Amino acid sequence: MFDQILQFLLTGVTVGATYALVALGFAIIYNASDVVNFAQGEFVMMGAMSAVALSAGDGGLPLLPSLALAVLITIGVGILLQRFAIAPAHGASVVTTIIITIGASIFLRGVALLLWGKDIFALPHFSGETPLHIGNATLLPQNLWVMGGAALMVIGVHLFFNHTTQGKAILACACNRTAASLVGINVGMMMLVAYGLSAFLGAMAGILVTPITFTSYDAGVMLGLKGFSAAILGGMGNPMGAVAGGLLLGLIESLAAGLISSGYKDAIGFVILLLVLFFRPSGLFGRASAERV
Amino acid sequence: MNIRKTLSALAMGTLLGLGALHQALAAEPIKIGSFLAVTGPASFLGDPELKTLQMYVDEINGKGGVDGRQIELVHYDTGGSPKKAVNFVKRLIQKDKVDVIVGGSTSGSTLAVMPLVAKARIPFISLAGSVKIVVPPQKWTFKMPHTDAMAAAKIFGDMKKRGITKVALISGSGGFGKSGRAQSLKLAPQYGIEIVADESYGKKDTDMTAQLAKIRDSGAQAILNFGFGTGPAIVTKNVRQLGIDLPLYQSHGVASKKFIELAGDAAEGVRLPAAALLVADQLPDSDPQKPVLLAYKNKFEAKYGPVSTFGGHAYDGLFIALEAIDRANSTDKEKVRDEIEKTKGFIGTGGIYNMSPQDHLGLDLSAFKMLEIRNGDWTIVE
Repeated sequence: MFDQILQFLLTGVTVGATYALVALGFAIIYNASDVVNFAQGEFVMMGAMSAVALSAGDGGLPLLPSLALAVLITIGVGILLQRFAIAPAHGASVVTTIIITIGASIFLRGVALLLWGKDIFALPHFSGETPLHIGNATLLPQNLWVMGGAALMVIGVHLFFNHTTQGKAILACACNRTAASLVGINVGMMMLVAYGLSAFLGAMAGILVTPITFTSYDAGVMLGLKGFSAAILGGMGNPMGAVAGGLLLGLIESLAAGLISSGYKDAIGFVILLLVLFFRPSGLFGRASAERV
Repeated sequence: MNIRKTLSALAMGTLLGLGALHQALAAEPIKIGSFLAVTGPASFLGDPELKTLQMYVDEINGKGGVDGRQIELVHYDTGGSPKKAVNFVKRLIQKDKVDVIVGGSTSGSTLAVMPLVAKARIPFISLAGSVKIVVPPQKWTFKMPHTDAMAAAKIFGDMKKRGITKVALISGSGGFGKSGRAQSLKLAPQYGIEIVADESYGKKDTDMTAQLAKIRDSGAQAILNFGFGTGPAIVTKNVRQLGIDLPLYQSHGVASKKFIELAGDAAEGVRLPAAALLVADQLPDSDPQKPVLLAYKNKFEAKYGPVSTFGGHAYDGLFIALEAIDRANSTDKEKVRDEIEKTKGFIGTGGIYNMSPQDHLGLDLSAFKMLEIRNGDWTIVE
């Protein structure tokens, strides 16, 4: 029984780390502009699919350069999205902008479908597939890559927002655009940085998890949904909360699948999410919304 | 009106007139209606199906058609939605006035349109999997693919031969997985097999180690996974990751090279039932299906790339329909239906079809081959 529980916990943390990485991207754009970017899942897919495309076949690049290039491509997509879809709707309400991101997510899926077809693809594991044993439970080296990558990026994002002028400038844009531009912050530039950063996080999530989870043109839909739930659970706009929400959602799902019923694990996850929102509408670690004036 | 416009109008008129004349001279075309999930989640079914239909309709027309009549393919893309399927079938019947319908990639779409085709009294050959389509048999509906019940029966037969009596079941939560699970639970007792664990996973789940850790402690002697897409590949990898050393059976839902590619080394030793199309090259020359399979495979692969069994179903459906029209010597719907029901010894990609009023599928368990994955390729293990 102990072995089983240990395995459930390990499974939960690995799945949770994936959700956390996606949730982090949601949190950053929300921090910068109060907008929920529903194309976040597509950033994950873009990163993964372009890495697959670049490294595939005999003429493909070696793994590391294709991963790096895939991340750059996705950052480019993020910046283009902001510049040509979000920025022209300058002054539109938050809801309008959110609808634009939904449109953008459908568009990106369509582009991926045309470029790479409907097949499912995989990336090689970064450091082999020999499972590591902890007692009778196992995990893959790639799981450690996902968790380590998630931890590094969380720390990086935390430092960026709290200890650099750029990061604080992005937060200032969310608090009050007009005031931010009055004190000399280039609001347009900050928005570009925010989208680029989320695209970067999405792409990193994509290339880290694809060896385990595979990818396809529509892989971003479910990951986006789960990442969004995690971000809501932890508290939108709080990067640490997003990560905690991701891990928590992963653990809930795996324990529910193991101990209660694998058929209802998603339902259990969503019921807990609803309960949390009922008692703490701003999420587990979210600041009360009144603060965000 | 300037002279150029007048001229071009004249030219148009002449062309139209000639076209109409040509139409009148040629015999009325045979109209085959089709509705397939060419896009959307079930596109891996509809896409090769449509390609197959178009490829063979073009070929037959190039050779002069059937009984001197050209074939016209009228197709609509349902995107996998049963609601759209209903609308499109209404249009096929009322507006396009097709003679026979070959289509319905998914079981949901097929079951949704069956009352319509029965009411309109039009022969319908379905390309979907569920056993409910032909049990009990409906007068106007036939189907080509093997059923999930046949797959389960084939797997349990193989397990029985190996002396396995306790099986852990893990299935996807989609329609295919659910139906496969239900058929497995129903059939297991007939083979003296006890289902000791019954787990499931979501369509887009990325990790099944929690479910498999439970299965590991359930005392099962083998694991059976019903599902398609990424799920079965992840299950296969997770089984090896957890060091579970039990025989792993997959369903015909993963019968494509993609599965071996995705699951990699973990796929070694996995067994699954599949149509002979996958192993056409390995069949003995005495097998009557071999020439048909190779012809279809080579033709499809020369034009589109790796062949799938799903496109094969479209081949079977199209030719059973055309042969029935040929035998009936007309497109009278009642006569064509009767002839389809009388199909005997038709060698298709799915197997050898012998239909009867009681059996609107016409395949037996021999249509499935039990395969094992060895060295990254299929091996027949009968």
